[in-house]
Amino acid sequence: MEELILSVVQRTLVAGTPLLLGTIGEIISERSGILNLGVEGVMAVGAVTAFIVTHHTGNPWLGLCAAIVAGMLISIVHAFASVSLQSNQVVSGLALTMLGLGVAGLLGKPYVGKPLAIKINAMPIPFLSDIPVVGPVLFNQSPFFYMAVLLAIGAWFVLEHTLLGIRIRSTGENPKATETQGVNVSLVRYLSVIAGGGFSAMAGAHLSISYSKSWIEGMTAGRGWIVIALTIFALWNPLRAMVGAFLFGGIFVLQYMLQPLGISPNFLAMPSPQRPGHAGGTLPPRRALRARL
Amino acid sequence: MLHFKVSDREQISAIGTFLTLVLALTAGMVVIGLIFLLCGVNPFFAFKKIFSGSFGSVFGFKETITKAIPLILIGGGLALAFKAKFWNIGAESQLLMGAIFGTWVGLHWGPVLPSPVIVPLMFVAGFIGGALWGLIPAILKIRFAINEVISTLMLNYICAEFLILLIVGPWKSKKKFGFPYTDDLPDSAILSLLPGSRIHTATLILAVVAVVVLAIVIYKTRFGYEVRVIGENPDAAKYAGIDFTRTTLLIMAISGGMAGLAGIGEVAGIHHYLSYPDSISSGYGFTAIIVAWLAKLNPLYVIFSGIFFSGILVGGDAIQISLGLPAATVDVFNGTLLFFLIMGDFFTKNKIRVLSGERA
Repeated sequence: MEELILSVVQRTLVAGTPLLLGTIGEIISERSGILNLGVEGVMAVGAVTAFIVTHHTGNPWLGLCAAIVAGMLISIVHAFASVSLQSNQVVSGLALTMLGLGVAGLLGKPYVGKPLAIKINAMPIPFLSDIPVVGPVLFNQSPFFYMAVLLAIGAWFVLEHTLLGIRIRSTGENPKATETQGVNVSLVRYLSVIAGGGFSAMAGAHLSISYSKSWIEGMTAGRGWIVIALTIFALWNPLRAMVGAFLFGGIFVLQYMLQPLGISPNFLAMPSPQRPGHAGGTLPPRRALRARL
Repeated sequence: MLHFKVSDREQISAIGTFLTLVLALTAGMVVIGLIFLLCGVNPFFAFKKIFSGSFGSVFGFKETITKAIPLILIGGGLALAFKAKFWNIGAESQLLMGAIFGTWVGLHWGPVLPSPVIVPLMFVAGFIGGALWGLIPAILKIRFAINEVISTLMLNYICAEFLILLIVGPWKSKKKFGFPYTDDLPDSAILSLLPGSRIHTATLILAVVAVVVLAIVIYKTRFGYEVRVIGENPDAAKYAGIDFTRTTLLIMAISGGMAGLAGIGEVAGIHHYLSYPDSISSGYGFTAIIVAWLAKLNPLYVIFSGIFFSGILVGGDAIQISLGLPAATVDVFNGTLLFFLIMGDFFTKNKIRVLSGERA
């Protein structure tokens, strides 16, 4: 029984990792006042880029870097449309999702069904992983898990406690006032959207070179949309995003655990983000977002 | 030094709008060609295959019309919702809910009622199903100020999983060798097809009539005027005494209901039973967003933009077979074209002058 619980918790953290990475990115972007509905597409681009580069170079870390760069590049399109051209963010984000999924499908076609020879494996942290119970669960994880948690704390610190963070937040809350303070609002928004794209791509890379070691079309499986709901659930706070991401990671694992007991996975599958997402949504929405939509 | 001066256009001319549209589509096509080239596909060959597959042959054109039916219905409804700046991204699930409601009526009363009674009943049920599902995000927005983008998006998943639950559980047919399908609709509940095609004429006529009526409603009635005011300036709408609650509810009932009509049309005309969500709708709810956008949110133009994007869907199937490209190719098309369309809007709305000299 103890082993079962440990394995569930361990898998929960693995399943929550891409959700957390994506959510951090979306929080940064939305804090600057730009809603990015393109997460799903950018994730797919990240996954396919990471896979292709790893496949050819044999170095998954290089694959990860390439994925982040690719995610940032494709996000520029959304930044250009919604910041420079003041286009509708909802439509532009949807276009980014379609474009990302499409490009990923085209690029990845020759690689479907070819497993990688190497992937980013679990990396036990010396000494810490020897602690009973906590050790194997928390400190014997894929490096993506450590990075996600550290980046969440880092993003929270930057947003709440640095000048850059204040600039990002005030750009989102009141762009006119921020502009008068001499901050380049457009630049801040561009950088936030591009950074957000990097995070989403990283989440995608986790799926193709760590979680599994293969690429198939549609492997992001709606995670990008869950991320958008989680951003609200987390009330735009990266620390709270950790709670949300791992909670939904847990639901992800549970739907397979409960299936043999006769509970249809459809009950837990995608609807789950709905309820908490809504509960979060009932709180006063961020002014910036409301003004934008 | 060169710099740009952007100012609002005082008048938006029809010719200017049309030229920008054509230019945006052309630029989009060029970029799509470049993407194809980067992915190792000869763009000219791919374009030729796509358009000859959808518009170049009699069979292809019939398929194009078949797939345009749901796109026109949904696109018209979305144009109405988007006019009021209600971002309904959930047409996909409103379609499924319409299919579920309509199929239920067909399966229960189909065997006892004659065709002229049951078919309209099914369409009414489909409309009600889609409308009810569309009302949920409207109520959530009015009552709790919940962002409709998120709620409609998430309702898509709920409805898809609900449908799967139905077809693997209580509604599963005993005659389908264990496949997760419902029973076939009885013969009286099945729409007649245009001979030699899969065009279900009843839905096609319904779709065209619906968008024409909708265009009249939007541009010629008080309700349509209120919709446009809410979209252009919600504050002004409030001061003018426009009932936001009532109008929003009506908009979403119509928008969802039209998607529901498309859903039952697909089931009664083509599939004849409920199966997995992605086989009932091949992403019509999302493609219709672009259809509405290309039509400049005018339900009348939705007929043309619906046929255009349906052609891309059909052509996409054709190049999957002939060039071995993945299904996602259509997404590249849709995504890129949508980007260029919204970028084109910028140039219709704003006047851009290139000035030389120091910035003022």
